[in-house]
Amino acid sequence: MSALTCLRNPANAFTALVLLVFATGPVVMPLIGEPFYVIVFARIMVWAIAAVSLNLIMGYGGLISFGHAVYLGLGGYAVGILAFHGVTSGWAQLAVAIGASAAVALVFGAISLRTRGVYFIMITLALAQMIYFLAVSAEQYGSDDGLNILSRSDFGLAFYDLNDQATLYYTVFAVLLASVGVSARLVGSRFGAVLRAAKSNDTRVQAVGVATYRYRLTAFVIAGVMCGIAGFLQANLESFVSPDMMSWPRAGELIFMVVLGGMSTLFGPVTGAFVFLMVSDTLAEWTIHWHIIFGPLLVLVVLFARGGIAGLLNRKSANG
Amino acid sequence: MAEPANMAGLEAPSLEVKGLIKAFGGLTATDNLSLEVAPGELHAVIGPNGAGKTTLVNLLSGLLKPDAGAITFAGRDITRLSAPARVKAGLARSFQITSIFRDFTALENVMLPVQAQQGHSFRFWTPVSRDARLTAPARELLERVGLGERADVRAGDLAYGEQRQLEIAISLATGPSFLLLDEPMAGMGPEESQGLVEFLSALKGRYTMLLVEHDMDAVFALADRITVLVYGRVIATGTPDEIRNDPEVRAAYLGDDQSGEAA
Repeated sequence: MSALTCLRNPANAFTALVLLVFATGPVVMPLIGEPFYVIVFARIMVWAIAAVSLNLIMGYGGLISFGHAVYLGLGGYAVGILAFHGVTSGWAQLAVAIGASAAVALVFGAISLRTRGVYFIMITLALAQMIYFLAVSAEQYGSDDGLNILSRSDFGLAFYDLNDQATLYYTVFAVLLASVGVSARLVGSRFGAVLRAAKSNDTRVQAVGVATYRYRLTAFVIAGVMCGIAGFLQANLESFVSPDMMSWPRAGELIFMVVLGGMSTLFGPVTGAFVFLMVSDTLAEWTIHWHIIFGPLLVLVVLFARGGIAGLLNRKSANG
Repeated sequence: MAEPANMAGLEAPSLEVKGLIKAFGGLTATDNLSLEVAPGELHAVIGPNGAGKTTLVNLLSGLLKPDAGAITFAGRDITRLSAPARVKAGLARSFQITSIFRDFTALENVMLPVQAQQGHSFRFWTPVSRDARLTAPARELLERVGLGERADVRAGDLAYGEQRQLEIAISLATGPSFLLLDEPMAGMGPEESQGLVEFLSALKGRYTMLLVEHDMDAVFALADRITVLVYGRVIATGTPDEIRNDPEVRAAYLGDDQSGEAA
């Protein structure tokens, strides 16, 4: 009963639809003659994981990071650079992806969390640009042109091979569900209560005896690691990494996916990533000047759909 | 309404302020201010607008750092302590401008300080909503301030008077031994004020309190001693009777007919 009443809410129904599309994609899409969409969905899901991780600090913590795509790059280059040197072990690559993301998030967070508001946005951007230019200047690893990855991460398990498309696809799907599940637990926990409270009134949290900085920094690191894992998956999906995946426009798109789907909602970033990428792909098929349509569309969403898609659908249901 | 000594079970502590100075640019908001609050005393601070009362509360609670001077709390120098550390030492404050978590329910507002009191919050997995160690004490506190029925209402949707009650409940939930109350009656109607006077007078003796307030009826009803601030300086300290009859105070403050003013 509760599951059905839950679906009567349009925002939840839309979320369920998107998840259903993801879950059945590899089966349904080839059947209706659109096998190309399987890879599209996998890509969207990777972006969705990154958006879910950003939502943790942006939606629940009020920390608008304009440098979050850097962790996609770190996760991706962990695969690319290790593979380039002949280390194809998935365990090693994943460990480096997580370690590098955590270390960089710890340092960047420690610096940027000393600032507030627009300064925070600018400093996260500036720090991320440092890593971006580091990748651009790394000639050994292809600079601007990026780095081809000749073999996928090898976990050395007979029953688990990322070269199998379905395995890779459902790995991404499972990680997406896990990222939302982990977010749900974090947000509802004592840790999450501090994070959410500090978003709405930092001074008051200090005045009840909690030094918020450490909690924000921890959230920053958790989000960085989650996004680093998305980067690890993206590198495997594309068999390619380039500095572009951590450029500031990518970071901006991540912010937009979160806002579009509905900030501080658990599945908002997932539906946001889905709509954002499906609409931009579709527009791009119609015209090369798709940005001219897409830009104003995004502006309209921000202006008129407070709370993003989730907010819009819920409002409709409240009125009807 | 039988209650423990205070939430933390601490002896009501003393507070001593010596030579406190805080300037904002050219304006000296706190000018060589000294004052003593005895254990268990309810000490009121009054003064006209701009006298530096809220600055004093911010200095005492650690949200501002003084340019000079020392603050001793329960015999310990806390001048350099951060705001969260002072709360842990037992010094809680309420805010003149209602400072609650508007998107949290009333219950969640009180659960946060309860949680803070129970040690660090690096607990990532168990939902707070099902944690009886948080919900039970928080509900009890809401009952105490008269918000028991309103526990599950979003704080932003509470009536103004209820938000003021919640403000006090949040401060009490930190388990303090000392309460710094910054104009708790601000914006309240006469009946609500009367209710709060009764509530605070029931707390007297168990907590040491420093009460900044414009509502003179409340101040003279509650205070053991009163300090009068003008332009960041103490012009008088004494019992309510002494203050009422102090010619300097009458000239500077009470005389110009602000006694009935609320906020």
